[in-house]
Amino acid sequence: MVSYRFALIGPPNSGKSTLFNGLTGGRAKTANYSGVTVERRVGHFTTSAGRQVELIDLPGVYGLNAQSLDERIAVETILGQREGEGPAPDGLIVLIDAADIRTHLHFILQLRALGRPMVVALNMIDLAERDGVRIDVRALERRLGVPVVATRATRAAGRAGLIERIDTALDDDVWRRTAPSLAETTPVRSLQQEARAIAAEVILAEPVMNRVTRSLDSIVLNRFAGPVILASILFFMFQAVFAWATWPMDLIENGFSALADWVGATLPDGWIKDLIANGVIAGVGSVLVFLPQIIILFAFILLLEASGYMARAAFLMDTLMLRVGLNGRAFIPLLSSFACAIPGMMAARVIENERDRLTTIIIAPLMTCSARLPVYTLIIAAFIPPDRVGPFGLQGIVMFVLYAVGVLSAITVAFVLKRTVTKGAPQPLLMELPTYKLPDLRDFFSNLSARAWAFIRRAGTIIFYVSVILWFLTSYPAGSNGIRHTYAGMIGSLIEPILKPIGFNLEIAIALVPGMAAREVAVGALGTVYAVQGGGGDVGLTEALQHAWSLPTALAFLAWYVFAPQCLASLAVARRETNSWRWTAFIVAYLFTLAYLAAGATYWIARASGL
Amino acid sequence: MTLNELKEGQHARIVSLSSHKTGIELKLREIGFCEGDEVELLRRGPIGREPLAIRLNRKIFALRSDEARLVEVEAD
Repeated sequence: MVSYRFALIGPPNSGKSTLFNGLTGGRAKTANYSGVTVERRVGHFTTSAGRQVELIDLPGVYGLNAQSLDERIAVETILGQREGEGPAPDGLIVLIDAADIRTHLHFILQLRALGRPMVVALNMIDLAERDGVRIDVRALERRLGVPVVATRATRAAGRAGLIERIDTALDDDVWRRTAPSLAETTPVRSLQQEARAIAAEVILAEPVMNRVTRSLDSIVLNRFAGPVILASILFFMFQAVFAWATWPMDLIENGFSALADWVGATLPDGWIKDLIANGVIAGVGSVLVFLPQIIILFAFILLLEASGYMARAAFLMDTLMLRVGLNGRAFIPLLSSFACAIPGMMAARVIENERDRLTTIIIAPLMTCSARLPVYTLIIAAFIPPDRVGPFGLQGIVMFVLYAVGVLSAITVAFVLKRTVTKGAPQPLLMELPTYKLPDLRDFFSNLSARAWAFIRRAGTIIFYVSVILWFLTSYPAGSNGIRHTYAGMIGSLIEPILKPIGFNLEIAIALVPGMAAREVAVGALGTVYAVQGGGGDVGLTEALQHAWSLPTALAFLAWYVFAPQCLASLAVARRETNSWRWTAFIVAYLFTLAYLAAGATYWIARASGL
Repeated sequence: MTLNELKEGQHARIVSLSSHKTGIELKLREIGFCEGDEVELLRRGPIGREPLAIRLNRKIFALRSDEARLVEVEAD
C-alpha cells in the first residue's frame, strides 16, 4: 500500500499537538531530529478513502523566514532541505487558529506557493465563533484554491472533515497547484496585500478581541499587581512541591523498605540477596521517592504554559532579564530548570539568538533542580536544628538560601558572560501573548505522564546500573574490613587529597564518584557507604552523618551541591544542544571551580566562626 | 507618531513599517504587522515602562520600544 507523508505546520498556539494526538490516536513515535534534541514526532492515520498517511508534527512557525533552531527545523523539513529528513513531504496540513485568520493569511499564501497538495484547517472554530468571529469557509476555499475546513482538534467529529479533505487534496486536479516557485523570495509585503484583499471578502464578522483575555490581562500585566501575582504563583508552586509531596513520598519510601524487608526475609542469605536489597532496591528506591515532587513541579509548569500565563511571566520579567543580558524568553527555560535542567536546556530552543540561547544553557544548571532536593533535605535534617526564627523555620530558611544562591550566581554568571564570551547587542523581543485557555485535560495528562515516565526510565536504567556497580565496588574485595580497602575506597583515596582542603572526608570522596552520574545518587551512595561501614547496623543515615561529619563539613557539602555539575544526563544534553564539546567542557569547568571555591570558603568561614 | 509613543489604552492604525532594520521588519510582517491594521497599546511593563503589550487585530504581542519604534502609526 502506498503511504503518503504529510507535515503538520502552523503558527505557535494553533493547537498542533492536540490535532496531532487526535489524528494519530496518541501513538506517536518520538525521536530527535538528527544532530539536535528538538523532538520529532511521527504518527499514522488512515484517510476516508483508505490512504495511509504518515504525519510529521513540526515546531510552530509564523512564516518561512526561520530564525530560531526550532523554526529552522520546521522550514527545512517542509522544503526538503533538512539533512536526514529525506525529500519534501507529499503534502501539508496547515493549521491556523480560526480566530486569527487575518493575521496568518499571508503565511497560507506563502505555503501555497510551494505547489504541494495541502489542506488548510481553521482550528478552534468553536472558540472563534463564541467570540463572534464569522468566516465564509467556502469563499476562502475558492479564493485560495486549496481545500479549507473548519476543525475542532479536541473532538473526533471536529477532525472528521479534515481527514476527508486530505483525500480531496490528493485526488482532485482541479485544485490549483502552482509550480514550486520562489516562495521564499516573494516579498512578505506583497503576500500581505493579497491576504488583505482575501480577508476583506471572507471574514464576515470580527469583534476586537477575547474579552476574558482583555480583563485578565488588565490585572495580570498590571504594573503593581502583575509582579505580586507572579511572585505568589512561584511561591505557591514551590510550597506545593514540598507540602503536597510529603505523603506520597512517605508511601513510596515505606513501600520500598517493605519490599527490602520482604526480600530480606524470603531470599536465602548470600550475595544475591545483598545485591537486591542493598544495591537495587535501596538505590532505585532512594531516587523514585522524588517522583511526586517532580510530577507536581512539572504539573505546575505545564499548566502555566497551557493556560497562556507563561508568556505573561516572560513579559513581566523581560526588563530584569535584559539587564542581566538575557531575554524575557529565557525565563521559561530557567523556570523549567527548577524541575530539571534537561527540559530547561531543551526549552531554550525558543530563543532566537544563538548567543542568548547559549548563555541560557550555560546558566541553566545553576537553577536548583529537583535532584538536589534529596541531598539538601538529608543534610538539613541532619545538621540544621528545627528552630524558629520569627515566623520562619530555620531549616526552611537554609533551603531558601540555597535556592537564592543558585539564582544569584546564575545572574552573576550571565552578567559576566554577556560582557565577555557571549557579547552582542540586545536581541529584540517579539513574543506572542496567547489568548487565555482552559488547559485540555487529555493533553495535560499525556504530557505529564511522558515527563514522569522519562524520570522513571532514568531511575530504571542509569541509576539501576550505578546502584549495582556501587554495591559491587563497596562490597568487594570480600572480607576486607573498612571501606578504605574496598575498590570504592581505593578510588576515593585517589581524589581524597584534592577534597581534603575543602573539608570533605574519604566517605564523601567515595560517594561523589558514583554521584557524578546523577546528583541524587550521592544520597544512596552515602547510605551504602555508611551502611557497609557500620556493618549493617540499625543506625539510620541521618544519625550516621551526625556522628561522622562536623557542621562546617556539612555546610561545605551543601555549598558544593549548589554548583557541582554532577549529572551526566544533563551534560550530554548540553553537548547536543550547544553542539560543541568546548562549551560543554566550559560548563563542567566553571561549575566545578565555583563548587570548589564555594565549598572551601564555606568550610573555612564556618570553622573560623567557631561552628 | 510611532507605536511606542502611544498611551496605554490608545488605538491606532499602522501607516508603515520602517525598513531601517530589515530583519526585524520581516519578522514583524511575519507575525502579522501590516499597513492598515489596527493596533492598541494595552499595557506597559513593570520596570522602566518596558516591554509593551500590543494588541494587533485579535492577537497580543510583547515587544520593546526599540522594535515598536519601527512601526509608524496614526492614532485614532
